Amino acid sequence: MTDAILDVRDLRVEIPLSRGTVHAVDGASFTVRPGEALGLVGESGSGKSMTLRAILGLLPSPGRVVSGEVEFEGQDLASASQRRLRDVRGARIGMIFQEPMTALNPVMRVIDQIAEAPMAHLGQSRSQARSTALDLMRKVGIPDPHRRAQAYPHELSGGMRQRVMIAIALSCEPKLILCDEPTTALDVTIQDQILKLLGALRRDFGVSVVFVTHDLAVVAQTCERVAVMYAGQVIETGTVDEVFHAPRHPYTLGLLRSVPRFDLKRQTLDSIPGQPPDLVMPPAGCRFHPRCRFAQDDCVSGDFPLRPLGAGGGRATACIHDDACVTDVRANPVIADA
Amino acid sequence: MTIAVAEGITESLATDHRGGFRRRWYRTPSFVLGILIVGTVIGLSLAAPLLTSHSPTDQDLNHVLQGPTSKHLLGTDQLGRDEFARLLYGGRVDLRVAFLAVLFPFCLGTILGCIAGYYGRFFDTIIMRLVDMVVAIPFYVLIIALVFVLGAGARSIYIAITLVGWVSYARIIRGEILVAKRQEYILAAQAAGFRDLRIIARHLLPNVITQAIVFAMSDIVLDILAIVTLGYLGLGIQPPTPDWGGMISDGQAFLTTKWELSTIPGVAVIITALGLSLIGDGLADLLRPE
Repeated sequence: MTDAILDVRDLRVEIPLSRGTVHAVDGASFTVRPGEALGLVGESGSGKSMTLRAILGLLPSPGRVVSGEVEFEGQDLASASQRRLRDVRGARIGMIFQEPMTALNPVMRVIDQIAEAPMAHLGQSRSQARSTALDLMRKVGIPDPHRRAQAYPHELSGGMRQRVMIAIALSCEPKLILCDEPTTALDVTIQDQILKLLGALRRDFGVSVVFVTHDLAVVAQTCERVAVMYAGQVIETGTVDEVFHAPRHPYTLGLLRSVPRFDLKRQTLDSIPGQPPDLVMPPAGCRFHPRCRFAQDDCVSGDFPLRPLGAGGGRATACIHDDACVTDVRANPVIADA
Repeated sequence: MTIAVAEGITESLATDHRGGFRRRWYRTPSFVLGILIVGTVIGLSLAAPLLTSHSPTDQDLNHVLQGPTSKHLLGTDQLGRDEFARLLYGGRVDLRVAFLAVLFPFCLGTILGCIAGYYGRFFDTIIMRLVDMVVAIPFYVLIIALVFVLGAGARSIYIAITLVGWVSYARIIRGEILVAKRQEYILAAQAAGFRDLRIIARHLLPNVITQAIVFAMSDIVLDILAIVTLGYLGLGIQPPTPDWGGMISDGQAFLTTKWELSTIPGVAVIITALGLSLIGDGLADLLRPE
């Protein structure tokens, strides 16, 4: 896919620990096109955040990328030097973190934190960078930016802090923004505001977004395409519409079925039996087969790479019995037609 | 935007309750008392030429070992030098040497602590083994040995105390950085593509330096004691320059008849040390993160 702004191919991240090597990301592949928002969905520990950090070369020690490519604007970041990466980070790729309280420096005024990247990357003077920062604060909807500019992070509410984070991520007008569960720490009304803001800014700035979350509703609201991760692998990709209406992997189906629905009266919520596998010794064959209700004999061994479905469009699944999902969904639709 | 406005109101309420350093320092009694004591000591030392017309070094062998008189407020020593003048001028010397002798190890230890804590691995091993080596030898043994080798005098004191004193700062800063660098805002700074120097100087240091500053206050006390001790042993500030350690040492021979000759500079040391300790205590309270 040549028109992609970000093309992650067969990315593998290992974290050597005393009890064994954790295969945190184990052959993840996905692409992000210009101006597009991709949702990266999965349970805790499925490797979503590690994938994001691997893209920027910021894996926690002793984790490292063992193979695979991260092609950003035609350049491989996985093999790039720290120096090259530094020029990309912040300037070409921005990042928004989950917890805006801890991701902002507690002893720095808000305006200085926003102004820092334009000074470091764009060579702006202090006064230029400050007016850039004030401008950004206005754009991300911080009321009375002149007064807020002098505040320290602990003087702001969670929603305001996340707006500051967004302003920081946008400060050098990057081409891509990586969001690591940006709304998980916020309450629902603020969450909605932030998501709407991100959507609007995405259109205004023409920036692509990778949205890591475990919240399917957030993906449905913000993203065009989605990649579902399980045990360090991407097991299904496609447009949000396709994947949510017609999942082609039993794990995705299980995820969608476990979302509470208010239009149906049911006694219990469907859940996926079992637990996510230990990534030190992941199961052979399809990673999901021990928990899969459609599993068959040929699922327990071999490789299960993403398999394109249909002509282009990025629709793909790793399941070899995806017709079982199709039948199941036909009998019992996942999402009621609104 | 109604919600945003409402948020703004709650925030401004919260802002009013916040107590920054600037608003709270005068409500910390130990800090205020410490500042008063140390300020007075520094003030008296600086104002020495105004407070006494005697020179601290002029000898008057016709009037040795006099008790307090209206001419010599605290009497004279065995060489007829005015004890009050020596006390004031000695304070100038001791305080200056003590502050500088804290500044150098503070800077050196902070830099090395940053390197060890931030980069870890090889740097950490080297620096921390050096720390272990210095710590393994008793403070005074090492200081005295170094000053002995380098020759007595203020310059040797700076060098000796720097070579020995940096370990405390390096340890404090390294420990704090080990904790702070795992914070998400450091990851955020790295994700923003900042250079290591900027991350350390702008993001890590302001968050970790307070512990070192607090320690520096008690370290000045230790250094004053060290300087006085060296002076007492004849390795410190060289005569005829007045210093409290030398005065204590000189007066020692006359302890039974003229006890005040040793006692008064000793009390000056204690008062100064007390003031500095109080400032350190107060700072520890004030700079503690909320």
